[in-house]
Amino acid sequence: MNSTVFAPWEDPEQKPLIRFQNVTKKFGSFTAIDNLSLDIYEREFFALLGPSGCGKTTMMRMLAGFENPSSGQIELSGRNIVPVPPNKRAVNMMFQSYALFPHLTIWENIAFGLKREGKDKETIATRVHEMLRLTRLERFAKRKPHQISGGQRQRVALARSLAKAPTLLLLDEPLGALDAKLRQDTQFELMDIQEKTGTTFVIVTHDQEEAMTVASRVAVMDEGKLMQVATPDRIYETPNSVYVADFIGDVNIIEGRSRFLEEGQYEIDWAEGQQALHAATSAKFDNGQTCYMAIRPEKITITADRPEAADNCVQGKIHDIAYLGNLSTYHVELPNGTIIKAQTANTRRIARRSFTWEDQVWLSWTATAGVMLAR
Amino acid sequence: MSRFSWFNAVSLTIGFAFLYIPMIILIIFSFNESKLVTVWAGFSTKWYGELLANEAFLDAAWVTLRVAVFSSTLATILGTAAAYVLIRSGRFFGRTLFSGMIYAPLVMPEVITGLSLLLLFIGIGLERGVLTIVLAHTTFSMCYVSVVVSSRLATFDKSLEEAALDLGCSSAQAFRLVTLPIIAPAVISGWLLAFTLSLDDLVIASFATGPSATTLPIKIFSAVRLGVSPEINALSTIMIAIVTVGVITASLLSKRKLVREREEEFMAARS
Ligand SMILES: Nc1ncnc2c1ncn2[C@@H]1O[C@H](COP(=O)(O)OP(=O)(O)O)[C@@H](O)[C@H]1O
Ligand SMILES: [Mg+2]
Repeated sequence: MNSTVFAPWEDPEQKPLIRFQNVTKKFGSFTAIDNLSLDIYEREFFALLGPSGCGKTTMMRMLAGFENPSSGQIELSGRNIVPVPPNKRAVNMMFQSYALFPHLTIWENIAFGLKREGKDKETIATRVHEMLRLTRLERFAKRKPHQISGGQRQRVALARSLAKAPTLLLLDEPLGALDAKLRQDTQFELMDIQEKTGTTFVIVTHDQEEAMTVASRVAVMDEGKLMQVATPDRIYETPNSVYVADFIGDVNIIEGRSRFLEEGQYEIDWAEGQQALHAATSAKFDNGQTCYMAIRPEKITITADRPEAADNCVQGKIHDIAYLGNLSTYHVELPNGTIIKAQTANTRRIARRSFTWEDQVWLSWTATAGVMLAR
Repeated sequence: MSRFSWFNAVSLTIGFAFLYIPMIILIIFSFNESKLVTVWAGFSTKWYGELLANEAFLDAAWVTLRVAVFSSTLATILGTAAAYVLIRSGRFFGRTLFSGMIYAPLVMPEVITGLSLLLLFIGIGLERGVLTIVLAHTTFSMCYVSVVVSSRLATFDKSLEEAALDLGCSSAQAFRLVTLPIIAPAVISGWLLAFTLSLDDLVIASFATGPSATTLPIKIFSAVRLGVSPEINALSTIMIAIVTVGVITASLLSKRKLVREREEEFMAARS
């Protein structure tokens, strides 16, 4: 393992591999990408995450050269690539539909890009073989794309886009067509291949778990804008908005008004007759400002008796229980009707579970467990 | 499974009888021993022999073949290019008008197409002969090619071309190495269609031709006005055979490949 943590984005000396500068893309009067700036560094596994239609594919197509920004600039290794046509860019793309050439064999598909470069036969054969081995496809070299399974096709598409050893590889929802189990295996395979080849990967996905698993950094997008760009753990632990908190994983959002307590400490008045919530944050809030407490279900402790010392503590009754095998999620209804989700690990057998429907319980969490958000 | 019914059986018989009895009679009488077209006098292939010895017919056959090959090839190139541009170029001003104009000659009365071409050839002073028939046939058969090819292109996955560009092809290379091989069956069936259309066209050829070039349909038509001979029957039988083979090949080309790929895909999914 590396002794130093891989974090080029924190080093001001590092030059980004890709730089979006105030990029806007319009289709007619519709703005698909809205004045977006973003740096991506060499050897990163960068994930674009967002709901369908938020502009992820458009970002990829601008990097590949199939779309040109309406305004702004895109740099690759410090050079503006907007005027460079797709066939002249050191960028390769793995298409959402794989786009394998149906009239060519797997071998010919992988060799396609190398032949265009005018490489000699031997070099091509060596490289294709290398790619076949990397993606474990040696046995299928002579087959046509329609003669192999979906998972194998996906690997051919990957091998074909890697064959030219691009500076940058774009993957547009590469695992969309695979079933859950195969998907997971492939995610690890992708990470492995990324590490082995040292290529910079930009992956598009609408699956937050996938983004969290594979990426060095994640960009959460909404309607053509970047909402937050950070490492998966930062995105999960310290989202910068309700939108991001809600998009990544499960979260309870409690709306209230802030009240200054002391430096870095606030109270949140959130319901008549309820004890104010207590939150620690480095952000600044005005007194009486509308704010939101975002708290993950697994950070809430559920107990039968009122805990002795807790920063935040509310009582409610169990409304619903979702049994997920390894975890149980309790939906607890507070007196004012708010539902709070709390999650516990099922270390005991189900028959000996401590709580059941309609039980009165206490929920508690520390001041630092939740995130206080302004929007 | 639908049940057998007398009504269906009778309708079917009558329908097919209308379509094929005239041709069957023609084919049968082409093997007639007698010179009289309506009297059966035993089986013989002598009219085929006489046909092969008839200089005028052979000349006409040669003209027809040359016209068909040249015009269908030219029509295939132009028709494919037109289809590709109309499908690929996305929306541009007047696109609907253009695609409508490509198909309009399909429903244009042949007499009018022929007449307008004749006027054009006279106007520009082009001497009428094989060249003018080729041009005329190209004009009307390229619409058919364009229809066949554009229906294939409509379902063609554009990302295949983008993948080719992404892997280093120029647009021309992407078309030659990826698009064309994949749509080849449609292009070939377009060619066959244009070929058979040219082979049996009488009206447009009559307008476009001059004294130096006579195609088979023209030859047959003028010969028949002097009376039907068994020789003509033999010639027509040969033409029916060629056209049948052409049309069947064209439709098989597009269907066969699809069926085979479905099967192979199914096998791959199971293994
Ligand atoms: N060629 C195009 N013409 C018009 N609108 C487009 C085009 N491509 C994408 N869009 C629109 O841009 C938005 C973003 O699309 P896309 O980038 O494909 O989203 P995503 O990949 O995040 O689902 C969508 O609303 C889509 O309808
Ligand atoms: Mg997309």
